[in-house]
Amino acid sequence: MTRLLSICLFLSLSSTALAAETLTVYSGRNEKLVGPLFKKFTEKTGIEVKVRYGETPQLAATLLEEGAKTPADVFFAQDAGGLGALANAGRLQPLPKEVLGKVDARFRSPQGLWVGTSGRARTVAYNTKKVKAEELPKSILGFTDAKWKGRLGWAPTNASFQAFVTTLRLLKGEEAATQWLKGMQANSPRVYKNNAAIIEALVRGEIDAGFVNHYYLYAAKKDKGELPVANHFVAAGDPGALVNVAGVSILKETKKADAARKLATYLLETDAQTYFSTETYEYPLVSGVKTAAALPELSKVGSPDLDLSKLDDLRGTVKLLQDTGVL
Amino acid sequence: MTRRAPWWLWVAGVAMAALALLPAVYLVVRASDADADTWRLLLRDRTWGLLWRTLGLAGAVTACAAAVSLPLAWLTSRTDLPGRRAWVVLLCVPLALPTFVSGYVLLAAFGTGGALEEPLSRWGLPVPSVYGFPGALLALTVSTYPYFLLALRAGLQAQDPAWLEGARSLGLTPARAFWRVTVPLLRPAFASGALLVGLYVLSDFGAVALLQYDTFSRAIYVQYEGAYDRTYAARLGLALVVVTVAVLVLEVRLRGRAGYHRSAKGASRAASPVRLGRWRVPALLLCGAVVALGVGLPVGVLVFWGVRGLSGAEAPVLGPALNSVFASALGAVAAVLGALPLAFLAVRHPGRLTVALERAAYGGYALPPIVLALSLVFLGVQALPFLYGTLAMLVLAYLVRFLPQAVGVTRSSLLQLNPHLPEAAASLGQPPSGVLRRVTAPLLRPGLLAGAALVFLTAMKELPATLLLAPIGFETLATRVWSATAEGRFAEAALPALVLLAVSTLGVGLLVSQEGGSTPS
Repeated sequence: MTRLLSICLFLSLSSTALAAETLTVYSGRNEKLVGPLFKKFTEKTGIEVKVRYGETPQLAATLLEEGAKTPADVFFAQDAGGLGALANAGRLQPLPKEVLGKVDARFRSPQGLWVGTSGRARTVAYNTKKVKAEELPKSILGFTDAKWKGRLGWAPTNASFQAFVTTLRLLKGEEAATQWLKGMQANSPRVYKNNAAIIEALVRGEIDAGFVNHYYLYAAKKDKGELPVANHFVAAGDPGALVNVAGVSILKETKKADAARKLATYLLETDAQTYFSTETYEYPLVSGVKTAAALPELSKVGSPDLDLSKLDDLRGTVKLLQDTGVL
Repeated sequence: MTRRAPWWLWVAGVAMAALALLPAVYLVVRASDADADTWRLLLRDRTWGLLWRTLGLAGAVTACAAAVSLPLAWLTSRTDLPGRRAWVVLLCVPLALPTFVSGYVLLAAFGTGGALEEPLSRWGLPVPSVYGFPGALLALTVSTYPYFLLALRAGLQAQDPAWLEGARSLGLTPARAFWRVTVPLLRPAFASGALLVGLYVLSDFGAVALLQYDTFSRAIYVQYEGAYDRTYAARLGLALVVVTVAVLVLEVRLRGRAGYHRSAKGASRAASPVRLGRWRVPALLLCGAVVALGVGLPVGVLVFWGVRGLSGAEAPVLGPALNSVFASALGAVAAVLGALPLAFLAVRHPGRLTVALERAAYGGYALPPIVLALSLVFLGVQALPFLYGTLAMLVLAYLVRFLPQAVGVTRSSLLQLNPHLPEAAASLGQPPSGVLRRVTAPLLRPGLLAGAALVFLTAMKELPATLLLAPIGFETLATRVWSATAEGRFAEAALPALVLLAVSTLGVGLLVSQEGGSTPS
């Protein structure tokens, strides 16, 4: 009996081993956030997933360095800029229409080379002990007012901040963007490494308000419990209301395009979209999936009307940041 | 004494130097994706400003680290300080703490609303600002002084006590004899320590980013992080290589060509330890203060984070810990072996070419680690596809990155080894392998162990190369800490960071216990 069982076990194991395909994913998204999703995908499809985790820009640079010889099949990036850099270099292949079609045109590549999997809104996080909600300006442009001097924090080296500056340039023009950056400089904002560091500084009371992505606050609350910090959403259509995406793309030279497409499809299924909404507090991008209760609806956030793929014009932004002395 | 070096030594030396120069070659390739605009950008005033800020920080950290390390090195190797070996181990631990963690720790302790604000204000004391230059200086001094400490200790242990005794017999007081004999003889050790600390500061990104001090390295990261601009980043990187070359040339000039080994007849013996007497308490206080700042403070903050977040399910750390130790130990062995031919060539066969080879080892050391990691991606994919994605590739990365640490220490202890000892052994009929095994290796042991300890500790915390070049799924303690802090989950970062410190302490403890008879016991 035991022998029979072990033979059965052996056969079933070896058959899955034979059937199992292995996808290699470079993930600029954190393991804690997306690791469970890859596991579920494997359970569902039997396709094994090997993941290299890293920072989105550094993985993008690695993929560019590896070129056609890359071992990666899929690039899962934290922002549209990283995907744009690879799309521009001709390293990506088009995604199938049915995958692209699930997501609003605003949140995918016009050439169909990548698709957003979750949305991340820019917000102004503020210390509720020091600032009343009604004191906060309706537009991000209002923060150049002198009353904010010494009270603000930002992360100008951070990709999500730079995507916002690019939005500002595209929507209001170079001149207005320059003025805003100079006005901000006059208020001597504190410089932080990233969004998480800004939230930390808000919790410590080092600054009164800071420019961040919306979900860092909820991550911090998960870590530490209730905090005297809240998110302020500026008016719809304002450059400060930009919704950027994390997204997925398939490398041009992959030999496993089928499995890669299955993964891209999976990330847009209700299962995964609900996961983003409930676990990472991001915005699901496929209609019919509920937004986390703590958040305003995506339609109310009112991301400005902008082709996200234009956010890859980062050279101009970095140059502007350098010319104004921000970087 | 400058006999021709055997051919195999040349082959090994040239191969090591070529490997170490790879990042620079890569930068030349990348930087030549031309357009004139980026070159213009490079020559802006801002670049010069960055350069001065960076060099100022590097100089200040080097000076502070040297000032802290000299008394510590002397106390732990020449005196009857109680618990010398334990102190050495504890004093070295900060090397294993990633600077992005030390930055967070300083902020959590000294920042606005930090743990020390309330107690300080209760005593009516001002909270010192940790941002900018003072914070960066503090964080980097605390995390780099062990480079000096280990180099100076190896130097002190290799020093023949007869020098000092001679000086004393000529009527110098102990203090004067120390300044006029012991310290000058440590020049090679100071030089290697200064190079390691100064160039490390040039390359650091974690601490300067968190503490808001703008340096060259930070500017390079900005190009990758924000702009996805490899060309401009490469040009900034090349500028940094030029700075490194200048520093290396300057150091050779300053160092001179003096000999540092004994040349008298007879054998060197262990020095008898200096009795501290009533200085024992201040000496212990000094060691205690440095350990409190370098180990106590981070452990305190990490425990605070960890306790706060104990509710959450903890991820296992055993696997990552074993991975960290395994890869770092391989890296340490590789770097020490790789350093030997370069150090032998430069010390035993000094000439323009051999000194140039030894200097080449520092080729990529001042570059931000991401540049080095990308250059190895480039090498791996183009030339070594069979190694790419394997552990061997990661060890190769550690070798290239940490070669200078091993070269510096090996070189300074080799300088103090009298070449006539191995020659005498050879003339007495020992075959070369016997000379190496019975004379050279035992005499070099303190230096080699110090080099291995350095590389092991720094490899434990290495991040960019580990993320990009390790086999997929190969997690280390450093990558675990990074992945938690990057998303602001400090509670989760605490456990792997504490294990990282504990494992590093054990590792260095093991190496220090192997130091053998050269320490007074």
